[in-house]
Amino acid sequence: MRLALALLLLAVAGAPARAQEAPRPYTISGDAIVSSLTGQPGDAQRGRAIVASRQVGLCLLCHSGPFPEERFQGTLAPSLSGAGSRWSAGQLRLRIVDAGRLNPDTIMPPYYRTEGLERVAKAFAGKPILSAGQIEDVVAFLVTLKE
Amino acid sequence: MIGWPPFGLAARILCACCVLVAPLAVAQDTARRSGYQDMGRSLQAMQDDDMANPAMLWVQEGAALWTRRAGSADKSCADCHGDVGGMAGVAARYPAFAAGLGRPVDLEQRINLCRTDKQKADALADESRELLALAAYVARQSRGRPIAPPDDARLQPFIAAGDALYRRRQGQLNLSCAQCHDDNAGRKLGGATIPQAHPTGYPIYRLEWQGLGSLKRRLRNCLVGMRAEAYGYDAPEYVALELFLLSRARGMTLESPAVRP
Repeated sequence: MRLALALLLLAVAGAPARAQEAPRPYTISGDAIVSSLTGQPGDAQRGRAIVASRQVGLCLLCHSGPFPEERFQGTLAPSLSGAGSRWSAGQLRLRIVDAGRLNPDTIMPPYYRTEGLERVAKAFAGKPILSAGQIEDVVAFLVTLKE
Repeated sequence: MIGWPPFGLAARILCACCVLVAPLAVAQDTARRSGYQDMGRSLQAMQDDDMANPAMLWVQEGAALWTRRAGSADKSCADCHGDVGGMAGVAARYPAFAAGLGRPVDLEQRINLCRTDKQKADALADESRELLALAAYVARQSRGRPIAPPDDARLQPFIAAGDALYRRRQGQLNLSCAQCHDDNAGRKLGGATIPQAHPTGYPIYRLEWQGLGSLKRRLRNCLVGMRAEAYGYDAPEYVALELFLLSRARGMTLESPAVRP
């Protein structure tokens, strides 16, 4: 049985001032983050571009999915096809934000966690892999992947 | 031969077998795989043919450097080591413990110790063409030999440190070496097959690099991919990882200089 967790992420003290947004607080309910990180719905079309990008979303390095134009998709993780049938938006959101909260051994990177990471390269230090808005775009896209 | 068709046939089969033995020797270990086994036939052929293997250009340069005097001692490698044939098996035993330093060194570092201590010359720059050429030339002498890390108790703490590093999550992507190269070896990361992390052919000619590179450079590639801060080239972490990886590859065939995608 999972306890409902409430988590408040605060801006990392001591991080150098950068032109980047402060981490948005979120609440975990069971195995989901029910509410949008930004308070706004994401854009599925932008989300698709993020997922397909090897530099931004990185998703297709490990996952495959319904992207006929993309060669060389990964086989380390389940196909994204049907993700919107298997998971709710809130479940997808937590799995992107910090999948390690559900499975500490997961290979899935924590896309919206900046604490508890070791030896992060300077260019990425203190930054999440995706912004809150980008994650909402990806969630909006993934829920459209019905089988 | 006309009078002995059966013998002729047998001889031909025997010859065919002999021709096949070299590449098959790499493929005999079923549990542990060399990256060679995960490459396409054309890349395997490129590695196996000295006339096609681009790394042989570095080997040739290494041969020239072997006999070139350097430093205030005005000595060449050959002045101390003699014919390079005497180096057969040496690369298969590295990294090895350097008593004077109290720590293990890899082959490139050993070459540079000779440069500074014996030749009284400046150390060659990390990943420089000259250093890679000498490493490739020395390693070429051990090609086909089993990887044979020394049974040296002094190495144990360094191997253990490498083991721990291998399992340590790092970088913005929060990945460990083991998560890809043990748990997911053989699967595809994008278009690339994840190898088992058996460093059987360094220095390697990597098509992605369009050049020769050391195991350190390859380790740095993964660190950059994980978005982790790469260690400096002189960091002890690399030698620890190299020791650990080569201890896992003990007994596998050294292919240096190998070709990899």
